[in-house]
Amino acid sequence: MSTTPGRSTPAAAHSRWWLLLLLIPFVALLWVPFYNRLDPAIFGIPFFYWYQFVWVILTSVIILFVDSRTREVDTSEQ
Amino acid sequence: MNWTAIIVFVLLFGFVTVLGFVAAHWRRGDLTELHEWGLAGRRLGTIITWFLLGGDVYTAYTFIAVPALVFGAGAIGFFALPYTIIVYPLVFLILPRMWAVAHKHNYITAADFVQGRYGNRWLALAVAVTGIVATMPYIALQLLGLQVVIGAMGVGTGGGFAADIPLIIAFVILAAFTYTSGLRAPAMIAVVKDTLIYITVLALVIVVPYQLGGYGNLFAAVPPEKLLLPTPGAGTLGQYSAYATLALGSAFALFLYPHTMTAVLSSSGAQVIRRNAAYLPAYSFLLGLLALTGFMALAAGVASLPEFAPQFEQYKSNFAIPALILHSFPDWFAGVAFAAIGIGGLVPAAIMSIAASNLFTRNIYVPFIHPRCTPAQETQNAKVVSLVVKVGALVFIIFLPLQYAIQLQLLGGIWISQTIPAVIFGLYTRWFNPWALLIGWAAGLVVGTWMAGTTGFQSAVFPLQIDGLTVPGYAALYALASNVVLCIVLSPIFNGIGATKGSDQTIASDYRFR
Repeated sequence: MSTTPGRSTPAAAHSRWWLLLLLIPFVALLWVPFYNRLDPAIFGIPFFYWYQFVWVILTSVIILFVDSRTREVDTSEQ
Repeated sequence: MNWTAIIVFVLLFGFVTVLGFVAAHWRRGDLTELHEWGLAGRRLGTIITWFLLGGDVYTAYTFIAVPALVFGAGAIGFFALPYTIIVYPLVFLILPRMWAVAHKHNYITAADFVQGRYGNRWLALAVAVTGIVATMPYIALQLLGLQVVIGAMGVGTGGGFAADIPLIIAFVILAAFTYTSGLRAPAMIAVVKDTLIYITVLALVIVVPYQLGGYGNLFAAVPPEKLLLPTPGAGTLGQYSAYATLALGSAFALFLYPHTMTAVLSSSGAQVIRRNAAYLPAYSFLLGLLALTGFMALAAGVASLPEFAPQFEQYKSNFAIPALILHSFPDWFAGVAFAAIGIGGLVPAAIMSIAASNLFTRNIYVPFIHPRCTPAQETQNAKVVSLVVKVGALVFIIFLPLQYAIQLQLLGGIWISQTIPAVIFGLYTRWFNPWALLIGWAAGLVVGTWMAGTTGFQSAVFPLQIDGLTVPGYAALYALASNVVLCIVLSPIFNGIGATKGSDQTIASDYRFR
């Protein structure tokens, strides 16, 4: 029995490259020395804190984008 | 006693109790079927799934413990934010596959999938037992959230058995509506709970900085050593690697927990899960704000106010947020906030007990004890087990030191991570041998438990030595690494010597969700 789901059309195979975008939040948040700093602060909020908050929104946007690029026929929603 | 807060609290609690029982009639299904009682018939759409998963992942314990950690330990406690961010790309990628194969074969639990995929009931048993053991202390800690807010309203601070009566009443209510309505009850209550939580947190992050004179003053009042992770010294990665591995390891562990799996499988489609992966970070934003309230409690100096001294004595830094709420808000709003936290404990506790009883029934009771039971008997058994699980959690929190529940929950995270190769790798490949996966799992448990043991079970961060460099990291990840290495090394050997590879009831197209 085969273990990977076949992607039949070339277009579908092509769209899978978009999934690589999902790696960006990992790099941005797991490389801690990059953001473990106070400056620049915004409204008195140190960089360490607002940077991570910004990534909440960016990650959400990235997922929405990847979803729109990799979705084909949506049959599951009720 | 704070009567105004108590009255508001009781009214809101009463409201969700009624809701919990009414939920049985919502999107009516045959509640004698396990997938109806335990997964709400797999009919939950995007919005309800969002509330349910949100209510499930961001629990009462989270709302008490995350700010408490920031309050006590500073920046390291903030790892909860990157953790709940990077979990969503993983949810987006992995869980729609799980949903698809579970829907196709009527799998209720992760262990059901392992059984179907590998045809090895011992491996399925290992996954089920790990799930149940990891969930039990988690349920107990939801009670801690309730206990702290009840104490904050001045009820039962005298100690003794009478002090536990409000807690017992809350739990009888929880047990009753879970028994009757199954997963429909927490799904409905989650909507109320999350609305209250959003209101409370928004009020906190607006009102308290206003009282303190702005966010600049707030952060200025925090001791500088708590504001950032300390720069690591020579020969160690210090808190940097601890922060990153705690975030990554917790993200891996999160959706292996039975209650998360239950909420995911109850959704009506794979696209619902993909969309939720994009929308659920809204809760992460809220959690980040909540973590900041730990600093607000520091800046407001609540720990040194004499009126809170007895509760801080009893609950330690877990009292930081309740104290901040009492200090900053009028009594009636404190009642709303405490109800939010209290109900915030009921929702995940209900889902967790349902998830644990699904596991026990599907993967222990039926295959090992009563193979020929009918679907109705199966469901009845699950309902009774959900009661047993909750009584167990209640006994735990009342009679055993709180420290045990916290330590077991910490170990639970390490243990549940060891089911990743069997469950998650299994979604993508059948290359692994089930016996190799079982040995890898056992080795991971031993390594992870030993690592936590070296800290006296006080911390999940283990200082691994690599060629003279100390890399403090989350023990769950280190244990998982040894687990995966064993699975990779042993699988070809076992397949080669003819150790049974098991049967596979799934085919490639079962995993396709579009």
